[in-house]
Amino acid sequence: MSSLDPIEIFRTEAAELLDTLESTLLDLGEKPGSAVLIDTAFRALHTIKGSGAMFGFDRVAAFTHDFETAFDLVRQGNVPASVELVNVSLSAKDYIRMLIEDPDSTSDIIGEAVLEELKHLVAGSAPAPVPAAATVVPQPVADAASGWRMGVVFDPGILRNGTNPLALLDDLRDLGSCEITPRLDGVPDLAALDPEALAIAWDVTLTGDVSREAIDDVFIFVGDEVTLTLTSLDEEVPVATAPEKPVDTVPASGPVPPAPAHRPAPAAEAMAQAPEARAAARRPDDRSSATVRVEASRLDELMDRVGELVIAQARLSQLAGLQADPGIKSISEEIERLSARLRDTTMGIRMVPIGSLFSRFRRLVHDLSRDLSKPVDFVTEGEDTELDKTMIERLADPLVHLIRNAIDHGIEDPVRRGAGPKDPTGRISLTAEHVGAQVLVSVRDDGAGLDAARIRAKAEEKGLVAPGTPLTDQQIYQFLFAPGFSTAQEISALSGRGVGMDVVKKTIEGLRGTIDISTVPGAGTTVSLRLPLTLAIIEGLLIRVGEGRYVLPLSAVEECVELPEADRNTRGRDFLNIRGELVPFLRLRSLFGAEGEPDPHQKVIVITAGDARIGLVADQIIGNHQTVIKSLSKLHADVTTFSGAAILGDGTAALIIDVGQLVAGDGAERIQDFQEVA
Amino acid sequence: MAETAEAVRQEGALQVVMLRIGAETFALDANMVREIIDPIPATRVAGARAHLANVVNVRGNIVPLADIRERFGMPPTAATRDTRFVVIEVPIEDDPVVVALVADKVFEVTEINFDERQAIPKIGTSWRPEYIKNIVKFGDEFVIIPDIERVLN
Repeated sequence: MSSLDPIEIFRTEAAELLDTLESTLLDLGEKPGSAVLIDTAFRALHTIKGSGAMFGFDRVAAFTHDFETAFDLVRQGNVPASVELVNVSLSAKDYIRMLIEDPDSTSDIIGEAVLEELKHLVAGSAPAPVPAAATVVPQPVADAASGWRMGVVFDPGILRNGTNPLALLDDLRDLGSCEITPRLDGVPDLAALDPEALAIAWDVTLTGDVSREAIDDVFIFVGDEVTLTLTSLDEEVPVATAPEKPVDTVPASGPVPPAPAHRPAPAAEAMAQAPEARAAARRPDDRSSATVRVEASRLDELMDRVGELVIAQARLSQLAGLQADPGIKSISEEIERLSARLRDTTMGIRMVPIGSLFSRFRRLVHDLSRDLSKPVDFVTEGEDTELDKTMIERLADPLVHLIRNAIDHGIEDPVRRGAGPKDPTGRISLTAEHVGAQVLVSVRDDGAGLDAARIRAKAEEKGLVAPGTPLTDQQIYQFLFAPGFSTAQEISALSGRGVGMDVVKKTIEGLRGTIDISTVPGAGTTVSLRLPLTLAIIEGLLIRVGEGRYVLPLSAVEECVELPEADRNTRGRDFLNIRGELVPFLRLRSLFGAEGEPDPHQKVIVITAGDARIGLVADQIIGNHQTVIKSLSKLHADVTTFSGAAILGDGTAALIIDVGQLVAGDGAERIQDFQEVA
Repeated sequence: MAETAEAVRQEGALQVVMLRIGAETFALDANMVREIIDPIPATRVAGARAHLANVVNVRGNIVPLADIRERFGMPPTAATRDTRFVVIEVPIEDDPVVVALVADKVFEVTEINFDERQAIPKIGTSWRPEYIKNIVKFGDEFVIIPDIERVLN
């Protein structure tokens, strides 16, 4: 399980690099002149090329090489980073991703087409004289039959990135016979010497038939951190500039590494060097070692163990409470404090900033805006809001739907916008913020807003509501979540098929969240998702029904009241009058077939799920209970009333009531079933 | 796991855990048994099927407590001093699922000989044939090797 497959590592790393590349390209679309962005993109490409070649992804390496070549012109400032260029580069990036993820079913034709377009764009706008430099491969001096003389000057900070320059020199030696001479003039006095800075440069005379490319490959991972000056020995008539007599004895001056003295197994060394070099190439100033990649399943396991610890600790506290020994009590309190903190820390590990999700949508907005010819500004806010990792993953699809809808249906076309007081460029904002123990994620557009009359007409046409029924606007908007509901006049490739909103709603409710729509005609629509921070923990209300204890998600609980005397036994109607509103209620005792005497003072817990508001009658309200959610076994898949179980302080399980199911599933019908069983 | 069981089977012998449920003796492949524990408090799951009416907390996981008496037409009985929960791992639709099985008594881990296998009688029993893999003669007794996946699901 823990064995590391290098191919898999490459895939993961490449995926990250491609993400970086994508966001950089998108930024570049907005700030075409930024040299920093161009460099970042270039570096990402370079690393993908290098490690792709190393791990046998030859097609990736070859394609990226050509891509990089074209992009190099942009880097040199010969070609502006136009919108078209960014678009093509994005397709090129997609193609690289395909090559990495599913090489077999990815045809070269796509890549060729992309390259063709890329070259066309680059050539079209490139000033005439440069094309020679346009390609990296054909060097002015292609190959030097007799060898090279080069100066190798590394960035002084290169050692901090973990790169070992000596290993690179060893790699050069593998190419042919080398004479390597250190340039020591840069070495300062011992007092001024910074042991972490590289003060030495090298002169290398490499003899033999070595291509320029082979030399470049040696330094592929150090990229910008090395300055190479190369002269071919062919061109260089054996004149006086021939290397000065090599310094045979390297003066052992302090911490200067004994340069070419030793020569470990070069291949092994190069391999050992590679990961560090890659890390260094990615971003020289990045302290990337501050993060550790861990399998999600291990985190789940950790969470389980901590959950068990918390339960064991609760039992210990209970026992300690019965003991007179103050020593036991203080230890128990200590353990209680520690385990609570351990639990919080463990939960913290699972929390991921939502920004990682938001950045994925920039591409979506970019593409949609292009395809629909609706210029759109995409604004995100609250990227550092943290949410449980699983939650973030499951939010992706619903948000894609919402953003698509916002652009396709929400934002008007630019002509219509321009005619009014609005900026022709639309605006989509995606925000996240903490609200109490929940996270509020909203998708807002500044489009035309929802047309309640049209939605109503559609709902009547579909038979969802009888014509003329009095409905509030909010109730009308709820029809948008009905399966197969769409008011779009034309079915586009993007939206309007009527699938989507109901799926969005289901997913959000599956995450124990809620969804709301608000709209201002002419000014836009906001869809707000309210979500719990984590799926692993539930803040619940513990209740007793007969002998059994159950947990209700606290987020669904609205209020608790006592069941009026008159309603203790059913009188044919089971609903309460709460401040003038009719609230139907379910008797959990009969629903769960509870045994034992009912409590003389029955309580009603009023819960909301979606728009429905119902009461649940229980024997006793025990109190708040924060607990780790345990899923029920596959064998209990047929039980829909409960969404999971929680482990109580005494080690027994309490079932968590699935409020949505209870309200949606016909409660009355179920009561009958259970009564028949009982 | 399945392979080793298969290998043993070919030699005609199988390592099993013998247990009594109701009036019958059952033999479970020892490879599927994770542990045998003393009874712990169970929580009733309203609406669940009769043979899986409860769940228990086994080392922090909520697992169904299976009482297969109902599946073999036996009346329910209260727990005794000998009652044990046998925690087993069964593949259900290819996923391993952990279940605690109520046994009135657990006897021993032993080897049974498949050469003693008996044909499942078509008459003389109300058991559903798909619940039973084999009936093997062990000493003077007949021992049932249940098809636990079918029994549970």
